[in-house]
Amino acid sequence: MTTVMALFAEAWSEIRVHKLRVILSLLGVFLAVFGMTSIAAAGDIGRQLVSESTDRASGRPATVMVQAYPLSSSPDNERISAALREVVERYDIRWSSLVLDQEIVANFPGRSERVLARSVDPEYGTMHRMVVQQGRWFTASDEQRYAPALVVSESFLTRLGGFDPNDPPTVRLGGESPVTATVIGVVADNDPGLPFAYLLNASAGSWVAGSNPFGQPPMLEMWVPPAQVEEISAAVSGDLMAALPGHDIYADRFDSGEELAELNLVLEYGVRGVGYFALLLGGVGVLNVGLVVVRQRIREIGVRRSFGATSARVFFTILLESVCATAAAGALAIGCAIALVLNLPYDQILNAPIEDLPPFPLQAAVEGLLAATAVGTLAGVIPAIVAVRAKVIDAIRY
Amino acid sequence: MTFIKLAGIGRSVRLPDGSQLDILTDINLEIERGEHIAVVGHSGSGKSTLLNLIGLLDSPTSGVYELDGNPTENFSSRARARLRGETFGFVFQQFNLLPRRSATENVAAPLLYASGRQVWGRRRAAREMLDRVGLGQRVEYLPERLSGGEQQRVAIARSMVRNPTVLLADEPTGALDVDTGSTVMDMLSQVVAESGTTLVTITHDLSVAARADRQFRLDHGVLTALSAAELPSATARRSLS
Repeated sequence: MTTVMALFAEAWSEIRVHKLRVILSLLGVFLAVFGMTSIAAAGDIGRQLVSESTDRASGRPATVMVQAYPLSSSPDNERISAALREVVERYDIRWSSLVLDQEIVANFPGRSERVLARSVDPEYGTMHRMVVQQGRWFTASDEQRYAPALVVSESFLTRLGGFDPNDPPTVRLGGESPVTATVIGVVADNDPGLPFAYLLNASAGSWVAGSNPFGQPPMLEMWVPPAQVEEISAAVSGDLMAALPGHDIYADRFDSGEELAELNLVLEYGVRGVGYFALLLGGVGVLNVGLVVVRQRIREIGVRRSFGATSARVFFTILLESVCATAAAGALAIGCAIALVLNLPYDQILNAPIEDLPPFPLQAAVEGLLAATAVGTLAGVIPAIVAVRAKVIDAIRY
Repeated sequence: MTFIKLAGIGRSVRLPDGSQLDILTDINLEIERGEHIAVVGHSGSGKSTLLNLIGLLDSPTSGVYELDGNPTENFSSRARARLRGETFGFVFQQFNLLPRRSATENVAAPLLYASGRQVWGRRRAAREMLDRVGLGQRVEYLPERLSGGEQQRVAIARSMVRNPTVLLADEPTGALDVDTGSTVMDMLSQVVAESGTTLVTITHDLSVAARADRQFRLDHGVLTALSAAELPSATARRSLS
C-alpha cells in the first residue's frame, strides 16, 4: 500500500515539475478525447433530431399502419372505422389513432376556402411528436365538447388573424350547415402557405362533413413494440379479413426506425473510428515527447537508482507518469465536452425543434477515458524500458 | 567488526577493439563500522569505480565482496537495490540534486523508496535533516537558488536522511572552493560522527583525505595504504583550510 502510494506520489511529483512539457505532450490526447466525446454527443443529438423528424412524419418506431380497401365498391367509412376500432380494443393497443384525410370548407374572414384536414384521435399527438407552437394538442376531454376543436397550421392561423389562448379564435366550418370550431393549438406549416387543420375523429363524425377527394378510407395507426410488429400485423390482418370480406387488407410497419438503425450504426462506428485514429496520433505525440524527456532525465533516474529504486520501480514510475497524465487529460477533455454539449443552444443552431435532448453519452465518455489511459500506457512503455535499460553508473555520470 | 570486506576484487571492461581494460586490480580492503577512510588518486585511477562497487551500483568482475559478512555476488538486482537504499548514502561531486524540486523534496526523495512510516513522514524527516546541516531557513529553496556549498549540504542531508550505515562521498569538495569545501567537510564529519556512520571519501585532495582514520592511494587500479608522511601536517592542513 505504502509502495503504491509512494509510486503515485513520485509520478505525480514528476508531472507537477514538468507541467509545461506534460501539457504540451497531452494536447493531442486532450483534443482527441474532446473531439471523440463531443462528436459522439453531437451524433446522438443529430440522430435524435433525425429520429424526431421522421417520427413526426411517419410515426415512432414501430408504427403499424392498417388499411382496408373495398375491392369493388366505394369505401364504407363507418363500417371500416368500426372494424378497425374493434381490433384495437381486442388487442388492447395502448397507442393508436384512426386517420382520415379530407377536405373541409373553412369560412375565413372575407372568404371561404377548401382546406386539407386530418381527423385523428388525441393519441396521434404523442405518436407523431406533435410540437404545438401555441395553445395545446387535443386531449380526451375535447371529444366531449359541444363544438369541434381544431389544431391548425400557421397559414391557417394567419388567415384568422392570430392566437390568444384567453380568447381563442373561432372559424366556421362547412358549407350548407356550418359549425363554429374553436382553434385550441397551432403547429408549424408542413407545406408553407398551405392552410391545414387537425380535428378529432369524434368531431368529424358529428359535425364536420368533409369531402374525401382522394377516395381514401380511414387508416389505423398503431404504435407497438418493434418486436411485436409481425405478430400484431398478422393477427390484425386475419381479424379484418374476417370482419371485412371483399376488402383488401394491408397491415405493415410504416415508420423509418429500421433505416434509422442502419444510419445510427454507420454514424456510431464512423465517429468512433475517427476518434480512435485521432487518439492514436495523440499517443504518438506522447510517446515522442516521453522518449526525448526520458533521455534528458537519465541522470535523475541514475540518482534515484542510488536511492534504492529497483528496475521495476523506475519502470512503473515512468509508466504511471504517462498513464496519470493521459488519464487526467482524458478526464479534463470529457469535462469540457460535457460543458460544451450541455450548454449549446440547439434550437438556434439546428433551426429545428428537439423534444427529447439525449443525455450526454456516458458510454462515449467512459470509452474516451479508457482509451486515453490505454494510449498513455502504450506510450509510456517504451520510455519506461529505455529508463530501465540505462546503466546506473553511466546515468549518474551522464 | 568488519562491515565491508573486499578480497581480490578486480573490475575490467571490454573495449570496442576487443582488448580488455583493467580498471581495478586485486583490491583488498576491510572497513570497520563507524570508520572513516579516504581513497586518493588521480583522475582515471579507478576511484569512482571502487566507490560504485562498494555502493552496489556496479559489480566486480573478479574477487569477493562481503557486506556485513554476506557475499554480494549472489544478491539479486532487487536485493541490491534494497540494500543500496537502506545501507548506503551517496554524495556526488556534482551534487546531483533533482532540478526544480525544493531542498525538502530533494532530501525527502530517498524516503519514497523506504517503507511504512518513513514514507508518510518524509517531509518532516527531510526538514529535520536540513536543520541538522544548517539549512533550516532554506527548506523550500530550489537548488538553482542555493550556493554550491549549500547545494552540497542538501546533498549530504539527502544522503543521511535514511540513516545509512555507510556514506560514500565521491569528491564531495571537488566542485567547491577551498573555504567552502572545508566547511562542508567539517559538517560532513560532524554529521557522520553523530550518527556513527561509516564514511568512505574519494578525493584527490590530500588535506581532505587527512581527516580520515585511514588513507589509501589508488594508482592505475592498485590500492595501497598511504603513509602518514605522505599526508600534509596538521599545521599545513590548517593553513590549507
